[in-house]
Amino acid sequence: MSSPPARARVAKEVAEVIATRRVGAYQHLTLVSPEIAELARPGQFVALAVGDESSATLLRRSFSIHKVSPSGTYGGTVEIVVSAVGPGTRWIVARAPHDLVDVVGPLGKAFPVPTEPVPCVLVGGGYGSAPLFWLASQLRERGCHVEMVLGAASEDRLFGVVEARRSCDGVTVTTDDGSAGHRGWVSDVLPDLIDRTGAGVVYGCGPMGMLRSITDIAGRHGAVAQVAVEEAMACGVGVCMTCVMPVVGADGQTRMVRSCVEGPVFRGDRVRWDAFDGNHARVPDDAVGAPRTGGH
Amino acid sequence: MADQQSDKHTDDRIDLSVDLGYGKVLPNPLMTASGCAANGAELHRFFDVSQLGAFVTKSVMADPRSGRGTPRMAETPSGMLNSIGLQGPGIAAFVDTDLPWLASVGARVLPSIAGSSSTEFAHVAATLRASRAFAAVVGVEVNISCPNVANRGLVFACDPGASAKVIALVREQLPRDVPIFAKLSPDVTDITSIAAACVKAGADGLTMINTLLGMVIDTDLMRPHLGGITGGLSGPAIRPVAVRAIWQVRQAMAEGRIPVVPIIGVGGVRTGRDALELVAAGASAVQVGTATFNDPTAPVRVLHELTDLLVEKGYQRFSDVVGAAHGSPLPPRPVPVDERSRA
Repeated sequence: MSSPPARARVAKEVAEVIATRRVGAYQHLTLVSPEIAELARPGQFVALAVGDESSATLLRRSFSIHKVSPSGTYGGTVEIVVSAVGPGTRWIVARAPHDLVDVVGPLGKAFPVPTEPVPCVLVGGGYGSAPLFWLASQLRERGCHVEMVLGAASEDRLFGVVEARRSCDGVTVTTDDGSAGHRGWVSDVLPDLIDRTGAGVVYGCGPMGMLRSITDIAGRHGAVAQVAVEEAMACGVGVCMTCVMPVVGADGQTRMVRSCVEGPVFRGDRVRWDAFDGNHARVPDDAVGAPRTGGH
Repeated sequence: MADQQSDKHTDDRIDLSVDLGYGKVLPNPLMTASGCAANGAELHRFFDVSQLGAFVTKSVMADPRSGRGTPRMAETPSGMLNSIGLQGPGIAAFVDTDLPWLASVGARVLPSIAGSSSTEFAHVAATLRASRAFAAVVGVEVNISCPNVANRGLVFACDPGASAKVIALVREQLPRDVPIFAKLSPDVTDITSIAAACVKAGADGLTMINTLLGMVIDTDLMRPHLGGITGGLSGPAIRPVAVRAIWQVRQAMAEGRIPVVPIIGVGGVRTGRDALELVAAGASAVQVGTATFNDPTAPVRVLHELTDLLVEKGYQRFSDVVGAAHGSPLPPRPVPVDERSRA
């Protein structure tokens, strides 16, 4: 018999918003959440409830943790970056200082960090860069040379350029419209950067298409890709089975795995990118328990 | 975390016990709802799952199932649609890993079983019975809201004959002292006729209700939002449907059209007050489902809220409030002739 894996500690806290500020197209919130701040590591996320306990918007919204300060002036704090794209996220960005939000975390698996001081490239698409600065600091503490690539459609959709310059050895910016940095995509600059730095690991966080491209490039240039995915989640804690995606396991078999507990960080070459169409993932025919003729 | 409230699954102010039949007595009426709690380990990080009256597992079928592609979920007002496609490890892995784990933490388990054919249901039940952790099983929930491949995918629960066949075969596979509960779909013309067929075929109780079939269209793509096109609607939005279904079946029991068996209420319960509504309609136990996605502690929170509410209302036994909204306890007392004429 194999036991279900032991699961990391997690907290549910009613957190006070102590700061909120606009950063380009995004809102940066600081929450007093001491337990989560104590437990979290880069790459993990938090799930926020929308509205109060009688809210008609039931499903939590998940955000990667931008930063934690375990012993701040107000007690431990957790910072997140939110893009208001629907009613739930609009409610969250409308929170004022001293408002309370219900937070669960830290959730999911953190970015694995190399045991040796190997050069690393960190790639963030839009506000997907949020967890990378914290990761960069940890990697540099371990003696890794760290370069960052920040890409977005336009300058206002970049997040953390100044912070990147502080926390990394080198920063490259790309925008689709050329409003900042190189005109083009992160995939245009990534191959040379991997070659120039001799990077052993490429970390990525952003849209699925970008993560696939990072994985391809890293593979061709001799680096391992570690990517944090953004899947639609209902619960964030592993019980609803909605955030699944096809991933190859250690046994070589593809399974539909929950990105909230087995991710959000996956080795890029384990993800079955061939099964994705935009953000929709079909079940590969060779996946364990895939539908037979006639379907489910 | 877990042990702070470990003494709270019973309460010295009120007798919360629930008799499922055959000597299977639960310390309290709160349960998880199948498919909303995985198989326990995830929620055990938030509360001790042995505090619940019973833990209802995700429906398990004979073989491993990948489930459907994504998107599998759409948020709706006070609810959500899901189209998971019964993803699961298969019964062999379930009895090897999940059930022993639940037993090891002291949970009372109500496994939910499913199948694409009545023989698959029977095979799953037989494997469960033969498993080494079977002692933790306090009953079996039979999820008959699955497509029947032999009948062009019509769900068993929409057809009294198909429902009865599954229930009879599962009943044969399990020891007499393990009650089985048929989980009914509200998407039928007359839920009492399905309930009657299930009880007649050997169901020792009924779980009501499963999700309602729904659909959402993505108006940007002008396509169905879910990978599975249609999905099951759940959450507080469907609570009145659950209350209605429980009421109707309880009423049919009172009228002698269905033998009296325990009803497990499920559908849109988010608070202790919501749970009390289902209980007053006739439910002897209550499951918390979609609310768990909003609040991972919801099943135990609802237990504590329900307990406080009943104590506040002056009840000393939970069983006294079951079906209270019908005005008369079950089974119906023989009514004297003069009272009858007054009515």
